[in-house]
Amino acid sequence: MRRGIAATALVAALGVTLAACGGSDSGSDGGAKSSGELSGTVTWWDTSTVGSEDKVFKKVAEDFKKKHPKVTVKYVNVPFGEAQNKFKNAAQSGSGAPDVIRSEVAWTPEFADLGYLAPLDGTPALKDADDFLKQASASTQYKGKTYAVPQVIDSMGIFYNKKIFKDAGVEVPKTIDELKTVSAKIKQKTGKTGLYLRGDDAYWFLSFLYGEGGDLVDAEKKTITVDSPAGVKAFKTVKDLVDSGAAKTDATDGWNNMQTAFKDGKVAMMINGPWAVADTYAGKEFTDKANLGIAPVPAGSAGQGAPQGGHNLAVYAGSKNLDASYAFAEYMTSAETQATIAKELSLLPTRQSVYIKSDVATNEMITFFKPVVDKAVERPWIPETGSLFAPLVTEYTKVLTGQTTPEAGAKATGDGYRKLLKDWK
Amino acid sequence: MAVDTPSQSVVKAAGESARGRSRGTGKRRGAPKRSFSTHWYAWAMVAPVTVVIAVIIGYPLVRGIFLSLTDANERNVERSIGVNHIPASYEFVGLDNYADALTGSQFLSTLGWTLVWTVSCVSVTFALGLALANILNRKIAGRGVYRLMLILPWAVPGFVSVFAWRFLYNQDNGLLNKILAGGGIDAVPWLNDPTWAKVSVIATNVWLGVPFMMVALLGGLQSIPGELYEAAEMDGANAWQRFRHITMPGLSSVSTTVILLSTIWTFNMFPVIFLLTRGGPGEATQILVTQAYKFSFEVSPRDFAQSSTWGVLILVLLMLFAAVYRRVLRKQGEVW
Repeated sequence: MRRGIAATALVAALGVTLAACGGSDSGSDGGAKSSGELSGTVTWWDTSTVGSEDKVFKKVAEDFKKKHPKVTVKYVNVPFGEAQNKFKNAAQSGSGAPDVIRSEVAWTPEFADLGYLAPLDGTPALKDADDFLKQASASTQYKGKTYAVPQVIDSMGIFYNKKIFKDAGVEVPKTIDELKTVSAKIKQKTGKTGLYLRGDDAYWFLSFLYGEGGDLVDAEKKTITVDSPAGVKAFKTVKDLVDSGAAKTDATDGWNNMQTAFKDGKVAMMINGPWAVADTYAGKEFTDKANLGIAPVPAGSAGQGAPQGGHNLAVYAGSKNLDASYAFAEYMTSAETQATIAKELSLLPTRQSVYIKSDVATNEMITFFKPVVDKAVERPWIPETGSLFAPLVTEYTKVLTGQTTPEAGAKATGDGYRKLLKDWK
Repeated sequence: MAVDTPSQSVVKAAGESARGRSRGTGKRRGAPKRSFSTHWYAWAMVAPVTVVIAVIIGYPLVRGIFLSLTDANERNVERSIGVNHIPASYEFVGLDNYADALTGSQFLSTLGWTLVWTVSCVSVTFALGLALANILNRKIAGRGVYRLMLILPWAVPGFVSVFAWRFLYNQDNGLLNKILAGGGIDAVPWLNDPTWAKVSVIATNVWLGVPFMMVALLGGLQSIPGELYEAAEMDGANAWQRFRHITMPGLSSVSTTVILLSTIWTFNMFPVIFLLTRGGPGEATQILVTQAYKFSFEVSPRDFAQSSTWGVLILVLLMLFAAVYRRVLRKQGEVW
């Protein structure tokens, strides 16, 4: 009897292990025929927001078939939070990796450094490369080669509910001090919370860090700066926002709770980027799109700064269908496709020529974000940039939930970075 | 254990001749060879199981121990991507990883919470399982329905229940806080406050673990002869005395087994922690296995060496626990 239990347990454990190991086995077959006509399958991992952006991207991606009838595009949406690890698993084991991945700007140098990406210089993927915004191209370069094509570029701003602001009789806050008084007034007049601050993703911390004049690292001087006095001050600022009730946060389900609270009109503001626009418009408070206001992130003591982000399309070095993958990457980043995406999803194009198209030039979100992106703080595009968030998010959440002090949190983050970046100060 | 079962039965089936030979004294030298010639069919039958176990348990185990003695990480292991082949360049570092883990604060503080988590989960699960088993062992109306309902958590795949709990715990939109709000109580930060998060993960694991305890103990209860209770009642023993002196000893063999199993499972209960909190907020609910997973799959560059080191340490700890547990039981006269 007991042996029976042990054996059952063993079998169950093995079953779990095997299930965990077995990955998806999507692959690509076929390839370019010698005649020059592309064929086969291109698997694309997209990371756009499910429920709003993904439908548009899926349709656009599958329309690739109209240009190349023999190529089938297999669209797979991988949640953004999992894509980096999932791609690394698949790329390293050599099975189940997609042909093309939507790689976040910080991931691109890391994937390139690990040898997972195909260099794109001289391939059809890079068409009219001069047309790309300089900031957008920066993250695609690694050791003098180009490893990705810029797809969208973004930054962050304050999204606010105009109706709540009118009810409370307040103006959009320009500084963090104003943010606190505005939140207090909103609470007093309408009973609603002022700001939703995501507590489970350190990307939402960056604008506060830049606002105090801090940064994660200084790549030119090879110095770690997150634990400088400015960094400590930024940690104190976010902690104070939460403690004073000006902002509410969530340490486990931040994205969903933030979007739900804002879309249902339970909070007046959130800090977010263009990727949230389509999802926000779907909310019941924003059936009249004019109700959604947008403004630059509030300035800290040293000024105003938002991170520059975005996504690239990169081709997996182990793809069995490189030619079709190059063509697909080119198609998805062409001026024509970018204009469609900009029109439908208000995402910012990476090509200068797209901004002057009439549909794009009149889009409120894009005309707001373009100058923000121009001024946004660029991160150093070193392979470790993608690794800087893991130590930061742990300490950021700990500070927000009161498990550690801002000073200790900043110091622990800095120590984590020193372990990661050997020889840096 | 599972390996020797078929061979034993084969030996028995082989009957007198096999037994006679293996009893032979003196000539010990030719034993393996003779054993092979006599029991070749037994070896043949064991072989597939042995091979499978060697491949799916032995190889990863040996590989894990090997990696824990190196500085392997994502950047220096061997990898083939299409036409690019990058050879391995990690180095042997001896026991450095173990020294780092055991002298650093991270391993020990994680171990501390893992022990609290294991002890509270197992004790609460056992107490609840015992109480429910006793209730369901009586003849009460609708017993079958209750039994079915209490086994339900077991029938639902673990990750489904854990996701359901995650929705219940959601601070803004979860059912639990909606119910509390109906009673005029402020929202509880179930998964957002370090202490509440610990309570929440333990509660979920107890909910998942009770059916197993209950079924196992119910089986044990039903094997205790009813005459004992009748005799005790005749002697004037009250309910507590009957429970203390008949039920408890009668259940001891079942309970020692389920407690051992439950301890090992809970110690390594990856899905509950990972799917509910991912070890958060911060690192408040991170147990050893989820932290080892984090090293290997979530941080970058992925630290395979440290992850394997923690894995080996977990194995050693559990083996020590099982050995001590057995010894204690043996001292108490329990044959196990």
